[in-house]
Amino acid sequence: MLKKETGHTEKVEKARKVPEGLWVKCNNCGEIIYRKEMERNLYVCLKCNHHHRINAYNRISITLDEGTFREYDAEIEPVDPLGFKDIKGYKEKINESQKVLSVKDAVVCGEGLINGKKVMICAFEFAFMGGSMGSVVGEKITRLFERALKGRRPVMIFSCSGGARMQEGIFSLMQMAKTSAVIAKFKDSERPFISVLTDPTTGGVSASFAMLGDVIIAEPRALIGFAGPRVIEQTIRQNLPDNFQKSEYLLEHGMIDLIVERKNMREILSRLLDLFKPDHIKRDIEPATYRHRTTDASQKK
Amino acid sequence: MAVHQSLEFERSLVELEAKLLELKHSHTKGKVDLKTDIKKLEKKLQDLKKKIYSGLDPWEITQIARHPNRPYTLDYVQLICEDFIELHGDRKYGDDPAIVGGLASIGGRSIMLIGHQKGRATKEKIFRNFGMPNPEGYRKALRLMYMAERLKKPIVTFIDTPGAFPGIGAEERGQSEAIAENLTVMSRLKVPIISIIIGEGGSGGALAIGVADKIMMMEYSIYSVISPEGCAAILWKDGTKAEIAAKELKIGAKELLKLGIIEKVIKEPLGAAHCSLEKAARSVKEAILVSLDELMPISIEMILEARYKKYREIGIFYNPSI
Ligand SMILES: [Zn+2]
Repeated sequence: MLKKETGHTEKVEKARKVPEGLWVKCNNCGEIIYRKEMERNLYVCLKCNHHHRINAYNRISITLDEGTFREYDAEIEPVDPLGFKDIKGYKEKINESQKVLSVKDAVVCGEGLINGKKVMICAFEFAFMGGSMGSVVGEKITRLFERALKGRRPVMIFSCSGGARMQEGIFSLMQMAKTSAVIAKFKDSERPFISVLTDPTTGGVSASFAMLGDVIIAEPRALIGFAGPRVIEQTIRQNLPDNFQKSEYLLEHGMIDLIVERKNMREILSRLLDLFKPDHIKRDIEPATYRHRTTDASQKK
Repeated sequence: MAVHQSLEFERSLVELEAKLLELKHSHTKGKVDLKTDIKKLEKKLQDLKKKIYSGLDPWEITQIARHPNRPYTLDYVQLICEDFIELHGDRKYGDDPAIVGGLASIGGRSIMLIGHQKGRATKEKIFRNFGMPNPEGYRKALRLMYMAERLKKPIVTFIDTPGAFPGIGAEERGQSEAIAENLTVMSRLKVPIISIIIGEGGSGGALAIGVADKIMMMEYSIYSVISPEGCAAILWKDGTKAEIAAKELKIGAKELLKLGIIEKVIKEPLGAAHCSLEKAARSVKEAILVSLDELMPISIEMILEARYKKYREIGIFYNPSI
């Protein structure tokens, strides 16, 4: 999986228009690391193994076979359905994010290959308003499942989101119902939905499609939960247990299937796709013949 | 109302009501004829009520939606159902008192009735966890909905919660998963589903029993992706800006009807539901019966198609290629 380094460097530049320095600081252990080194290690700290957040195009490029990604619905843009204004207007916030990032909203969707196997893929862009889900995110995810259903393809979503996008009010809440409804339909397809939870996956995203995967995988030490830890602390006025709402904690409580390190993710996904591959044994034995055959067999004894 | 816990904007009404009571009292004592004065004051009170209640802002509506005397699910059950047998437990972990459910008879029809339940006195408030369900509440609701599907009973849900409970146990037992599962199952459940927001529709915790063919809101109820206070704390970094947040979020019944999210607003009596439980209950009952009459004759295939289409089409965005 490490063969695609050249491919993704270019995509990094594409995702972030602002040039970056030569060195990066691990925001977990504080170690200063050579950027190239960090990139080669898929943005996982070489010292403490902290999995840093990565942008959507980067995620896709380290997951798919090089040059196989075809993006869908890149042109869909958010609008301001409520005329929402806090300290700034919602429109203004959208424009600012779009200026710095090369995405129109918080998800990138498309199709591509993993070791030659076709998948539908979606990755969240956390830098776009905290990866929050509004109408565009809901619509793009819904279309992805619809395409997957039609083309009988597996789906994988890499979530990284604080939840619903408040600025779209009730419309953002309803995206939870919308995405959950299309998944109910998709589950007729005999194809898997693999949900990968990365740091953080909370609120309306975790309480809808992200928790509906046939298989749910998390990156190590990702924050995953319904309510944010600060809200919980304020409500119950108690200290939270160690590791609370971290991947390891969820695994222990039976809420996810696997914790997979970033360097192994592609391989695990590929193996899951193989194991989920539909078998082509033709089931043409009618109940009557089946009974007949078994009787034959017993008579021969 | 015996103990009238009044909101700020209700205060002038309360004063006037007290004055009227006093007047009536001296009238019955029979010393002077105060009939005309009483009539005048009654008219004044009525006009003031009308004036106040026609011009409420979203924050005032939020206060009414959370009014301590506002009828809760079991209050309505008592007033609108001929029979109700509460069913308990999720068969997995426990029974959550923040959600009640059971078989009910209304206008001669039997239905599965499920709703959030808040408590009124301090002890009951705590028992009901202030109407904030844990995962087992949602899983109990799901169990009852599956039962309704198998036994072909329509489902009516009453929504009234500040939100799903943010607690340690709730997270450990999969609050997110419980909500998500309800959303996906309800989208395809093979019986008609009617939802009424009777008080607070608090985010995912409300939606988790609110995926429905027909969604109605009481005139002074609210439905929101986040509480105005929560929104203010995050976006304004100031919880006291809730009043503005309430306005920006568009959480009132009339606004949500305009946005096409709900199908109907149920009118409340003058002074809101807590001023006349019976009147409010009558309107709720009628709205349920009318909705059942509408939905029951339609084939379930058509209902499911319409339900899917409704949610599929929610969302406003710009798509240049169309
Ligand atoms: Zn580190």
